[in-house]
Amino acid sequence: MDLVTFGVQLLNAIQYGMVLFLVASGLTLVFGILGVINLAHGAFYMLGAYLAYWIAAYTGNFWIAMAAGVAIAFVVGLLLESVFIRRLYGRDHLAQVLLSFGLILVIDEFREIAFGKDVHSVAPPAWLAGSIQLTDNLSYPVYRLAICVFCLVVAALIFLVITRTKIGMIVRAGAENREMTRVLGIKFDVVNRYVFAVGIALAALGGIVIAPISTVFPGMGDGMLILSFVVVVLGGIGSVAGAAVGALLIGLTDTFGKVFFPSVSSILIYVLMAAVLLWRPNGILGRREV
Amino acid sequence: MPRNWLIPVVLLIVAVALPFVVPTYYVQFISKALIMGILAMALNLAVGHGGMVSLCHAAFFGLAGYVLALLSPGYDPASLLLTLPVAVLASAAAALVIGALALRTRGVYFIMVTLAFGEMLFFLFHDTGIAGGSDGAYVNAKPELSIAGYQLLDLASPLVFYFVILAFLLGLIALLTMVVQSPFGHALAAARDNERRARSLGYPIFRIRLTAFVLSGAIAGIAGYFAAAQFGFVAPQMLGWHLSATVLVMVLIGGLRSVTGPLIGALVLIGLEEVLKASTDYWKLIEGLIVIFIVLAMPNGVRQLWPMIVGPAKDSDTKPATTAATEATHV
Amino acid sequence: MSDVALRANGLQKHFGGLKAVSDVSIDVHVGEIHAVIGPNGAGKSTLINLLSGELFVTAGAIKLGDTDITRLAPDRRARRGLGRAYQKTTIFPKFTVHENVRLAAQARSPKPLRMFGHVRNNADVHDRTAQAIGKAGLTPRTHIAAEQLSHGEQRQLEIAMVLATDPRIILLDEPLAGMGQSEARGIIDLIASLKNGRAVLIVEHDMDAVFELADRLTVMHDGHVIATGSPQEVRMHPAVRTAYLGDHGDAA
Repeated sequence: MDLVTFGVQLLNAIQYGMVLFLVASGLTLVFGILGVINLAHGAFYMLGAYLAYWIAAYTGNFWIAMAAGVAIAFVVGLLLESVFIRRLYGRDHLAQVLLSFGLILVIDEFREIAFGKDVHSVAPPAWLAGSIQLTDNLSYPVYRLAICVFCLVVAALIFLVITRTKIGMIVRAGAENREMTRVLGIKFDVVNRYVFAVGIALAALGGIVIAPISTVFPGMGDGMLILSFVVVVLGGIGSVAGAAVGALLIGLTDTFGKVFFPSVSSILIYVLMAAVLLWRPNGILGRREV
Repeated sequence: MPRNWLIPVVLLIVAVALPFVVPTYYVQFISKALIMGILAMALNLAVGHGGMVSLCHAAFFGLAGYVLALLSPGYDPASLLLTLPVAVLASAAAALVIGALALRTRGVYFIMVTLAFGEMLFFLFHDTGIAGGSDGAYVNAKPELSIAGYQLLDLASPLVFYFVILAFLLGLIALLTMVVQSPFGHALAAARDNERRARSLGYPIFRIRLTAFVLSGAIAGIAGYFAAAQFGFVAPQMLGWHLSATVLVMVLIGGLRSVTGPLIGALVLIGLEEVLKASTDYWKLIEGLIVIFIVLAMPNGVRQLWPMIVGPAKDSDTKPATTAATEATHV
Repeated sequence: MSDVALRANGLQKHFGGLKAVSDVSIDVHVGEIHAVIGPNGAGKSTLINLLSGELFVTAGAIKLGDTDITRLAPDRRARRGLGRAYQKTTIFPKFTVHENVRLAAQARSPKPLRMFGHVRNNADVHDRTAQAIGKAGLTPRTHIAAEQLSHGEQRQLEIAMVLATDPRIILLDEPLAGMGQSEARGIIDLIASLKNGRAVLIVEHDMDAVFELADRLTVMHDGHVIATGSPQEVRMHPAVRTAYLGDHGDAA
C-alpha cells in the first residue's frame, strides 16, 4: 500500500468514525443522563436518512433537508420523551429495551407507510459534489472531506456544551449525581426532555449526512444501532470522550480490516470488543470498578 | 387445593386432543407456537430467574438451526440422534464464549454486549457463503429418528412432529421446574436479587450465571433445531436480534418469575400476530403499540389479569418482577 | 496465646492519589472480640472491605489461619470460613427468614450448586438453618418475609445468616447503627455470644458498647493504626486521647 492509498483509507476511516461518533454520542448522552437504553436510536438514524431523501426530493436543496430533518427529529424526540420515555425513568432495563423495541416496530411501519421500502440515494449539494484529484488515477470525493469537517464542528460544539455549560456539568457528574443538579437549580424533567431530543436529533443528523455517500434503505438503522453499541462498550458508557475514542477505533478497524483482512472484516470489530471486555470491562474511558 | 393441578391437567388434555380436531395447518401452527414457547422458557431462565437481559438468544436458536441445515445431506433426512446433540452443543458452546465475555459486565452493558455478539453470528451467516449467505439454506427433509435402520417416529408427519415437540416441552417444564427449585436455582435467584450479599455468603456469582446462561442457550438450541426442521429453511433473520427482542416480549407477557409463564406469553403473542396479520397490512404498527402498552401498563405480564378473573393468587410466582433485571446492575 | 484466626500485615489501599488505608496490621484471635474504632474517614470501612475481599489491597498480606487469602475473591474467602455482616441491611427482602438463612447454610454445604433435588430436601442444611435462626433469637419469626422484620430483627437476621455459613471469623460492620437502646441491648448480648469458638472483628461507633464487648481494640486515624491493646490500655493511650476520645462524648 503506497502512501496515497494509505492516506485515502485513513481519511475514510476518520470520516466513518466521525459519523459513528455523531450517532453514538447521542446514544451515550441519553443513557448517561436519563439512564435509559434506547434501542430505537438506530431507527432515528434511518428516519433521518429517509427524511433527507424525501425533503431533498421536494425542495431540491440538501441544506434545507438537513435543517428540516434535524428539526423534525428534535420535535419527535420532545414528543416521545413526554409521552413514553419519561415513564421509563426508574424502570428496569428490560422495560426500556422492550418499549424502545416497540418504538422500532412503530417507526418502521411508519416509514413503510410514508416512504415505502425502496432503496434511495440522495445527491450531495452541488458545490460539494466534485472530487479532488490526488494522483493520476486516484481521486477523493469532496463531500467525504466535508463530512469530516462538519462532524468535527459538531463534535467541538458537543464538547463546548459539555465543558462550558450547566447541562454539561450534569453530563460530567453522571446521572447518579442528581443532588448536584438540584443545587444548581436545574429542572430535571426539562433537561431530560431536551437531552433526549438532542440525542434523537444527533442520530437523525448522522443518517442525513451519510445519505449522499451511502444508500438509504430500511435496514440501515439496525446496523448503526449495533455499531453504536459497540462504540459505547469500547469507550465506556455515558462518556462522550469515550464515544469519540470508540468511534475512531471502529472506523480504523473496519476500514483497514477491509483492506488487509477482507474475509474476516465483518468480525473484526467484535474481536476488538471482546479484547476490550477482557482488558477493561467498563470501557477504555469508563469508570473503573473499585 | 384442586385448582393447582386442575388447570394443568385440563391444558394437557386439550394439548393432546387438539391436533385430532383441528386442520393440519393449525397443527403446524401450534407446533411453531410451542417451539417459540420452548425458546421463551429458555430465555426466561437467563432473564427472569438469572436477571440477565440477553439479546442474543436468537443467535443460539438460529445457530442450532444452521447446524441442522449444514448437516443435512442434500435431499436425504439427517439423523436426529446425531444432529440434535451436535446442534445443541454448538449453541451451548456459543453461549459459553459469549456468556463468559458478556458476564464480565453488568446491566445495560450486558444487554449491549449480548446484542453485539449475537449480531456477529448474524453477520457471520449473512455475509459469508457458509450456508447460502443472506438467502439462507433449505433443510429439504425432516430429520429422521431411527435406530439401526428401523424408523421409530416419522417426523415428516405433522401430527408426530407435534407430539415430539409436546414431549420436549413437557420434559423442559419438568427440567426447569427442578432447576428453579434446586439449590442452584436458589443461588441463581440470590445472585439476581443481591449479587454482593450472595458473593459474601460464598457463592461464585460468575460461575452460577454462566452455567445458567449456557443451559439457557443450549435449550434455545433445541428450539432452533426443531424450528429449522419444521420450516424446512434457515435464514440469517433466525439469528437476528429482532427475534431475540420478540421473545423477550413473550417473556414479559407471560411473567418473569414462573417457569411456564413465557410459554403462555409465546402462545399469546403468536396468536396475536396471526390475528393481526390476517386483519391488517400494518400489523407491525399495532404490535409495536401493543408492546409499548404492555410495558407501560402491565409490568408483570398478562398474568396480572389473572387475579382479577379468578381471585387473588396465592402462589409466590407473582412477586413483583419489576426489580428483577436491574438488580444485576448493582455491584 | 490463643490461635490467630485472621492476620493482616501492612495493608495499604490507594484510590488514585488518595490513601484510604496507608499502613494497617491487625490480628484477630479465636475466642475474642476485636473492635476497630476511629473517627469518620479513618479507613475502617475500607479495612473491612479489604478483609472481606470486596476491595483488593494495594500492598500488604492477609492470612486466614495459615492460608494466604490476599488475592482471593470474596466468595472464596467465605468458603474458607470468613463471614461478614453488612452495615446497611442487605438481606434478600422478598425471601422469608428461613429462606434467607437457608441460602447461607446452603453456601457452606458440600454441594451448594446442585441442580437436582428440591432445596428443602437437605436435612443437614435444614438443621443448620434452624440452629442459626435459634441462636439469633428469630425462631418465632422463621416464616416472615425479611422485608417485614423490624430494623433490629433485620440485624439479627444478618447475624443468623453469617452464623449459618459456619465461619471461623465474623466481620461486623456497625451492627448497632440506627438502633434504639432496647433493641441494641439484645444485639449486644448476641454479639457477645458470637466469640465462643470464633473470632469476631467489629467496627462500631457506639463507644459504650465497644468498651463493653471488646477484648482488644485497634484505634485507626487517617488510615493508620495509632494504638492496639486492651480497652484499659487504649483508654490511657495519649495519642488516642488527642486523636479520638476527645470527641467521644457525642458518639456515645
